[in-house]
Amino acid sequence: MIRKLKELFKEEQSCQRIEMPIDKKMLVEDLDLWYGKTKALKNINIELEENKVTAIIGPSGCGKSTLLRCLNRMNDTIPSVRVEGKVWLDGYNIYDEVTDCVDIRRKVGMVFQKPNPFPFSIENNIYYGCQVNGIDVDKGGVVERSLKQAALWDEVKDRLDENALSLSGGQQQRLCIARALAIEPDVILMDEPCSALDPIATAKIEDLIDELKEYYTVIIVTHNMQQAARVSDYTAYMYLGELIEFGETTQIFENPQEENTERYITGRFG
Amino acid sequence: MGPEARKSYHEELKELQNMVEEMGDLASQAISLSIEGLVELDDEKVKMVEDIDSKIYAYDRAIEKKSLNLIALQAPVAKDLRFIGTCLKIITDLDRVGRYSMDIGKVTRRMQGKKHLKKLVSIPYMAQLTIEMVDLAVDAFVEGDETKIDAIYENEEKVDALYDEIFREVLTYMIEDSKSITMGTQYVLVIRYLERIADHACNIVERVVYMETGEMVDHEV
Repeated sequence: MIRKLKELFKEEQSCQRIEMPIDKKMLVEDLDLWYGKTKALKNINIELEENKVTAIIGPSGCGKSTLLRCLNRMNDTIPSVRVEGKVWLDGYNIYDEVTDCVDIRRKVGMVFQKPNPFPFSIENNIYYGCQVNGIDVDKGGVVERSLKQAALWDEVKDRLDENALSLSGGQQQRLCIARALAIEPDVILMDEPCSALDPIATAKIEDLIDELKEYYTVIIVTHNMQQAARVSDYTAYMYLGELIEFGETTQIFENPQEENTERYITGRFG
Repeated sequence: MGPEARKSYHEELKELQNMVEEMGDLASQAISLSIEGLVELDDEKVKMVEDIDSKIYAYDRAIEKKSLNLIALQAPVAKDLRFIGTCLKIITDLDRVGRYSMDIGKVTRRMQGKKHLKKLVSIPYMAQLTIEMVDLAVDAFVEGDETKIDAIYENEEKVDALYDEIFREVLTYMIEDSKSITMGTQYVLVIRYLERIADHACNIVERVVYMETGEMVDHEV
């Protein structure tokens, strides 16, 4: 693992390194983000625990998706974005000048709101990430492992050569998760992964999230507070670009310490 | 912050609170009438207690149903969840208060055709204290004022002291005159019921502390 990290952070000697607190996978430290002149994230500090599910909740426009996208530098693709602060992954700052964004995104995979499979066959969707990343693996093996981990194998094993767009919405989303898993990330970011799905497909994804945390650290943004309560171990509540409260999910939903959190989760505003 | 959302849900929570308050008023009335019935050996009052107890039971069922509906349909969290959990717990306490009032009524029935050993003073006073406790506990729930727990605990100590005092007094009567045993054992039952009612008032206010603060009170009775 250490060797892999060294490869990832190629110019290690110029790369700042910190000792991570026990059980923490990522640390966000004094993070600010601007869209042009608008400050969208204000001094965010959060510790994300390894092999746990952390949910980020909050009203529309509070910055939860922006924060999620900071965790694998997806915001770098937006020209007007400026980021200050640090995001540590396994002790390395992903915003370090020497860090390669593509490598970061390989370690921190992402699943989006709307399923977005490539218009290829099911198996090529899975294998594509390995191909473009130059990862030399057995195609059949990685396809089967990823689809099994994404709880999709039994439904598609007899039609791996069919176009992925022929799958249902829920299956497409699990395929996208399988695609993210194929390149063996450490962290999976999910941006409202169930908002376009029906309740049955949602339940399957939620079950899957629960299984995935055995191997991965999962961070999910959701508008559905009951979903956050069901699937996550930790919950972060954001409001107007600030992290208002962060704690164990049971504590946040049974006895939030901040009035603002209480008012939001009980539906007294939002 | 934006405008209030989920208005009808919050109105339903308010309605649930009103129902518990009404049930609490009935429980308080039931104790009061049962003691009046005992003092006056009046069977009419016992019947009134029976009627009230039926109403209390109906509230118990209605509140439970409404609470479960709210949980199923509205997925309450945080204070709302603690509020509904509290409702479900304290209606059992209030229901028990109604049942003990009925039990006092049954004692009165068993005393029909007999006379009190003396003018009852301590038992009505003990009853008055327990009524105050139930009223305070229900007020604490309605007002969300967990600080009332101190006054309730204070009354509980007085009730416990009265229990010992009356018990010893009744015992003295029974030792001195075996004819007083029939009535004496009934008084002991009554003070036992009142002491239990006081404990239920404590349970209620302890749930209010949880509802308001999220902290469980561990009260050794």
